[in-house]
Amino acid sequence: MKASLIQHSQALLFLLTFTGTLLAHTSLSRADGSLVTDISSHLISVTSDFTGTDLLLFGTVRGDIASDGQEHGDIIVVIRGPETEVIVRKKERIAGIWANTDALEIDKVPGFYASASNRPVREITSGNTLDRLRIGPERIAFRELESRSDAVDFKRAIVRQRQAEQLYTDGQSKVYFLGPSLFRTTIHFPANVPVGTYTAEFYLFKNGDLISAQSSPLFIKKSGLGRQIYDFAQNHPAWHGLAAIIIALIAGWVASAIFRKE
Amino acid sequence: MPVYLPIAEISVNLFLILGMGGAVGLLSGMFGVGGGFLMTPLLIFTGIPPAVAVATGANQLVAASVSGVLAHWRRGNVDLKMGTVLLVGGVIGSFFGTWIFTLLKEQGQVDLLISISYVLFLGVIGGLMLVESIGALIRRKQGVVRRKKLHQHYWIHGLPFKMRFRKSKLYISALLPIGLGVLVGILSAIMGVGGGFIMVPAMIYLLGMPTSVVIGTSLFQIIFVTANVTFLHSFATQTVDVMLALLLMSSAVIGAQFGTRIGAKLRGEQLRSLLALLVLAVCLKLAVDLVLRPEDLYTIGLLGG
Repeated sequence: MKASLIQHSQALLFLLTFTGTLLAHTSLSRADGSLVTDISSHLISVTSDFTGTDLLLFGTVRGDIASDGQEHGDIIVVIRGPETEVIVRKKERIAGIWANTDALEIDKVPGFYASASNRPVREITSGNTLDRLRIGPERIAFRELESRSDAVDFKRAIVRQRQAEQLYTDGQSKVYFLGPSLFRTTIHFPANVPVGTYTAEFYLFKNGDLISAQSSPLFIKKSGLGRQIYDFAQNHPAWHGLAAIIIALIAGWVASAIFRKE
Repeated sequence: MPVYLPIAEISVNLFLILGMGGAVGLLSGMFGVGGGFLMTPLLIFTGIPPAVAVATGANQLVAASVSGVLAHWRRGNVDLKMGTVLLVGGVIGSFFGTWIFTLLKEQGQVDLLISISYVLFLGVIGGLMLVESIGALIRRKQGVVRRKKLHQHYWIHGLPFKMRFRKSKLYISALLPIGLGVLVGILSAIMGVGGGFIMVPAMIYLLGMPTSVVIGTSLFQIIFVTANVTFLHSFATQTVDVMLALLLMSSAVIGAQFGTRIGAKLRGEQLRSLLALLVLAVCLKLAVDLVLRPEDLYTIGLLGG
């Protein structure tokens, strides 16, 4: 119900921020309908048995682009999770003990990042374009809150650790063309994905030039019992605390009573 | 079988959590410690955020200590008067501890200081207990029966506000258990534990209470200290995960019942030497982690969450 509402109300959002720079590179308008895309679901519900999920992302490339000389254009799909601010701490050895000695606050850190393409992104377009569009975990636009020369080490640490947790992935899934214009890919969301508002971005390239770009929202929300518990804890923290204590008291008493009878 | 935890916001394996709860429950029932000093590191090790692990661990300890204390209560092994006096100190201490915790957290050094205080306290207490209990075991084997005085007299016995604790066969100053309660309250708020592993040996060696009463009395005051910690965390940081706590409780209370039975069959010295070994093992693990080069020198903490 919710998912269909969102699907209906969802307009095809264009990457307005990029439009200016893109227009300089290509004469094509962003709203020319050369790319039509959708996602199998715009809402992922995280219930108490959530173990991760796969989303199907698909679309078509307009006929004349698809059939002109080269078989079809190139597609890059990027999913970005909700951005948060983090503090990255660095350890150093002091008197034999490893202790945090240095810290850097970094903003605009997405909780999730995944990309897929029909061939390696470096073959599709130039490094400059990839940089500008922030394609690839190593090109995410982290923003450190204080400028310093070794900030890049801290940012690399974020990417390294998130990659280890499978939260940042790069080219793990592939975009497949089914015929000249229809394409599809699946993106895996592991069980530890953060909840929040995501965006799915689709880029169409032809001979290394960006021809069209689209972005649509994607929501990951808690639902069911877990959602109710979470809301209760957030909205009524004092009652939640009391409830937690009472549950514990009852659990302890029940266990003791059961074992006494034996 | 995976279960999604709504507050911790991760999926965990149901049987892993139940197994951990059962194992820690068994040990807590045997030794009369809440088991927080084992549970909290184990939870963090499974990937649960430290703040959630500390708060939820405290919630679980409420259930474990209730079921433990009832078993001891039926055997008449709870000194209510002593427990209440300790509790007064514990409540005062936990407020101090929370204040210190917040202060250290702002400095980004709270993890290190938690680790160091664990190593120091576990090391000293575990070492002392091991030496004492092994000595007692050897003496028993050799059949050397040394008549000990019921109580040795130190300067502390000259303190004012003397109270009679009949169950503990003590006539000591109330300042002593209150001071002990304050100390344990501070430590439990900082280290996220009930404090039984400090309380139990302190009651035996510092106050001179009989071992049989110590465990029940310690569990009695742990109920209130951990309930207080649960409430404070739930109110201030919303980090108590009831789902996780319920899973841990259901297995830990069962484990604790078996543990209490095993504990009742063991002799005091045996119990103390086993607890000492356990305490030293955890201490060693933490000490090694402090000294070994970490896999990644960088750690990521969330802000404004």
